[in-house]
Amino acid sequence: MSITEYNGSALVAMVGKNCFAIASDRRLGVQLQTVATDFKRISQVHDRLFIGLSGLATDAQTLYQRLMFRHKLYQLREERDMKPETFASLVSAILYEKRFGPYFTQPVIAGLSDEDRPFICTMDSIGAKELAKDFVVAGTASESLYGACEAMFKPDMEPEELFETVSQALLSSVDRDCLSGWGGHVFVVTPTEVQEKILKGRMD
Amino acid sequence: MGDSQYSFSLTTFSPSGKLVQIEHALTAVGSGQTSLGIKAANGVVIATEKKLPSILVDEASVQKIQSLTPNIGLVYSGMGPDFRVLVRKSRKQAEQYHRLYKEPIPVTQLVRETAAVMQEFTQSGGVRPFGVSLLVAGFDDSGPQLYQVDPSGSYFSWKASAMGKNVSNAKTFLEKRYTEDMELDDAVHTAILTLKEGFEGQISGKNIEIGIIGADKKFRVLTPAEIEDYLAEVE
Repeated sequence: MSITEYNGSALVAMVGKNCFAIASDRRLGVQLQTVATDFKRISQVHDRLFIGLSGLATDAQTLYQRLMFRHKLYQLREERDMKPETFASLVSAILYEKRFGPYFTQPVIAGLSDEDRPFICTMDSIGAKELAKDFVVAGTASESLYGACEAMFKPDMEPEELFETVSQALLSSVDRDCLSGWGGHVFVVTPTEVQEKILKGRMD
Repeated sequence: MGDSQYSFSLTTFSPSGKLVQIEHALTAVGSGQTSLGIKAANGVVIATEKKLPSILVDEASVQKIQSLTPNIGLVYSGMGPDFRVLVRKSRKQAEQYHRLYKEPIPVTQLVRETAAVMQEFTQSGGVRPFGVSLLVAGFDDSGPQLYQVDPSGSYFSWKASAMGKNVSNAKTFLEKRYTEDMELDDAVHTAILTLKEGFEGQISGKNIEIGIIGADKKFRVLTPAEIEDYLAEVE
């Protein structure tokens, strides 16, 4: 089993009309054993920026702590929140620092940029950014997620429809992956509010 | 460096609580050629005298106003070579910021980092403070900004300021003439008039330097021909 499949994960972010959704599964495993069914993979950086980290859980946690450190200092120095594009560049730079001994994690970044434009991106474990206009996926279930999102995505969905689409795509994809699942955790973010929902799917 | 006689700091406190080396550095600034800056409602202008030691010097090769990024420029009073060192360091810091965040550095951040460098040289072994004060002009998302940085490393944001030989007359003149809603063109005229106040000899496009940045966020140094046009308007 490869190191990125040690814990299992599934992450997806999708763009809607002046909103975005970011969702993850909730399983934390140690190879074939399930150790937790409420593992948080998505964290809030500031009120309009979220990051999800797939892959090896220890690297995801450490990387998240380092990123929060950098962002808090940035907030103190510049007296403003980081724009999502800027944060993505920072994550990419931090990952590339470890080019020859990388963090085994693939981030998914989602946020609202200037004029409430939704911004999503993902990158590989050494910081190669991939900006997308529709959706980005990561984790052990990524291949199924690509297929499900491609089939179900429509541009300019309202928050309610976006939530349904992301949830269906996530649940159907993790059902085809033994290493991820045990429910889902979805954030739907609009300029005015953040909705957080827990999904109940096949609990296996 | 550890065993050297100069491994301690050369800037040490006097009994009155002053750092005498910094006072001397400020004197060096005060005997330098006059420079000034004015922040308008839609831009910033900085200007300086360009008195050359002899008529044989090729004045086109002398550039006292430099840019740090496409939207930030600066001018100095004091020692030219010290200025060049700071310009080099600041440009590098601005580029490092851009490399990390893929965003142009905000004016306040660049000023802070430049000031931090100047402060280091007041508290390190075997070095002396910089003999320059800087006037940094920039235009970013927070609008037009003008900062002065002193040899001690302290920095202030100004609506209008002057440094160098003629500082007190220039500041008095600026205090009288400055208005909050000045446009960039008015500010250039006021800058020229202020320089004229203490100017020895005939002012022309060849013996002053003017840099401007407007709402287009592009810093540029005016050509001698453009300065002559402004001078004609001022007459």
